[in-house]
Amino acid sequence: MIEFISSLVPEDIAAHAPALLVVMPMLFAPIAALLPNGRLAWLLSIVATAASLIMAITLVAQVRSVEGGAVISYAMGGWAPDAGIEFRIDALNSMVLLLVTVIGFLAAIFSWPSVKAEIRDAKRAMFYAAYLVCFTGLTGVASTGDAFNLFVFLEISSIATYVLVALGATRDRRALPAAGNYLLMGTIGASFFVVGVGFLYAATGTLNMAELAVRLQDVQDNKAVLAGYAFIVVGLGIKAAMFPLHQWLPNAYAYSPSFVTMFLAATATKVAIYALVRFLFTVFGLEFAFEGSTLIWILMPMGIAAMIACSFQAVFQTDVRRTLAYSSVAQVGYMLLGVSIGTAAGVSAGMFHLVNHALIKGCLFMALAGVVLTYQGTSLNDFKGLGRSAPWTMTAFAIGAVSLIGVPLTAGFQSKYALVSALFENGWWWAVAVVMFSSLLAVVYMGRILEAVFFRAPSNPNKRRQEAPLIILIPLWVLALANIWVGVQGGFVAGLADDAAAALFIGGAP
Amino acid sequence: MLEFVLERGNYWAIIGLMMIGLYIAFAATNLIKRLVGLGLFQTSIILFYISLARIDGGTAPILYGKDYGKSKGHGDDHGAATDHAGDAVDHSANGYEAATGYAAEGLENIYSNPLPHVLMLTAIVVGVATLAVGLAIIVRIREAYGTVEADEIRSMDLEVAISEAASEAEESKAGAV
Repeated sequence: MIEFISSLVPEDIAAHAPALLVVMPMLFAPIAALLPNGRLAWLLSIVATAASLIMAITLVAQVRSVEGGAVISYAMGGWAPDAGIEFRIDALNSMVLLLVTVIGFLAAIFSWPSVKAEIRDAKRAMFYAAYLVCFTGLTGVASTGDAFNLFVFLEISSIATYVLVALGATRDRRALPAAGNYLLMGTIGASFFVVGVGFLYAATGTLNMAELAVRLQDVQDNKAVLAGYAFIVVGLGIKAAMFPLHQWLPNAYAYSPSFVTMFLAATATKVAIYALVRFLFTVFGLEFAFEGSTLIWILMPMGIAAMIACSFQAVFQTDVRRTLAYSSVAQVGYMLLGVSIGTAAGVSAGMFHLVNHALIKGCLFMALAGVVLTYQGTSLNDFKGLGRSAPWTMTAFAIGAVSLIGVPLTAGFQSKYALVSALFENGWWWAVAVVMFSSLLAVVYMGRILEAVFFRAPSNPNKRRQEAPLIILIPLWVLALANIWVGVQGGFVAGLADDAAAALFIGGAP
Repeated sequence: MLEFVLERGNYWAIIGLMMIGLYIAFAATNLIKRLVGLGLFQTSIILFYISLARIDGGTAPILYGKDYGKSKGHGDDHGAATDHAGDAVDHSANGYEAATGYAAEGLENIYSNPLPHVLMLTAIVVGVATLAVGLAIIVRIREAYGTVEADEIRSMDLEVAISEAASEAEESKAGAV
């Protein structure tokens, strides 16, 4: 299917796919802002994200056309890399790009009923403009090969995100302090990152990531490089909601418009984790003296702390959205744990879980958006008896939930299995126990919700049978079936993740 | 020791400003003050990059040939001017070499590294956008809560959360009965 779609793209366009992928939504954004009504902007955003999706598919096909993964280098504006900005696509980038564009496309399709209900009429066109800018930023982070350019794209996406989160204020005024808090933390994170890049530039004189990787070999013990490393890890850690730095996340997810929550949960933190992995393994590399100890003493303990502490917090939430938000932080812990093993199998498991978690949380939050639309409530009470009044929505929700827990035949099982075998390979059997324990906690917090949905009488008997509209149900079921498809036949995604890890370890340079 | 400290005076100043900004951003309860702290923090990063780029006696990165002063002094001919024009084309082709410190042949001028300056232009734009969005959010907070003090907002939110939880508990009790 990938080959078929990419064969339809003309060669002239395919050659510029890395640029078009990012530029198209960026150009569509101001047009969307100028449109007179929200419905047109919605259609435009579907077109823009679909175009990006096709470009991402083309890139995946191009990367996979060579055994072991090709590296596509695209010189922005014709300026040769190192002097100019380079877009560099390898197996890892192309996987993340495919993920972001697929989710972005599905999110754009499903958004309309939800946006219509939650955003005021006058703001809708601007809302879609902000969404497209956010989408641009995320794809830009995932495709650029220039460290400073990465910062710029990170901020483009973040600033648009603050706006999107704050727009939840029409439903609940608490969205505003949540957005303010997110802005503060996010800006500090990005600033830390840029300080780190400054140190690296001072030590090496280049901003190109591939070139940085080469030149850093000679200045490994330089104090400026060590300081830069620390700044970059902390800065990206804030963006990725690494455990003690995740305080912005639960409120931002809980109070933003449902569509925004769904999109952010499935993409924003994932892209930040991608950037972190890119810096850890490509730019610094495992030979870097600090790195081994960072993985073992920072990422691994923080990952495990997130898996346990945030799963517990998820258990005690009465609001379903907050439960899922805390669960997101816990799942970030799984990914960091996989990455912290520091072997190809471990990173591959982390990346596999990254993709699967995006599918899972996309599915769960999309179903949640459907419930918000039809019943205007997200507390556990509101969920009682929904299994009878909205069976299609809730069945998809249940598929996402069992996938999150890691029941066999679902995506979550596949990636947890990969993670556990990577842990065993490395001899970290106690970490396996922690993974199991955290999965049990997931059984508890998702089980509570499922029990309320399927086995409780509705707390409000007046609720009539009311399904989410078809335009939500279709993307929702696409994601739910994707969870099962990956679970039954995980070869495609697992292959992408393996290639991604291999590109990090064998290729050296991105 | 003293020399070590004094030689790096610019960096000490930057670290000081950066930490003051970070502290304000965390510790202030007034949201506007928090943004001021954030602005200070970001500005100190700009200073950091600029001071990385500085070279003793460096000026703007405009290169000129050896006869630059002469031709200007004599105010003479057309030919020299076209020569310079030709040179300029060459430099732009070698712009990268020049930027990384390899002096292109026949050119004079010690200049500061222009790249960090350019990067900081971008960072300034990012900072302005962040501040603008932040202030806009604070305006909305003021409209919705009637205050810009973070602790007051928190206690208001807490009250709402407590009353929500209470009504929730009542509802579920009613449901059980």
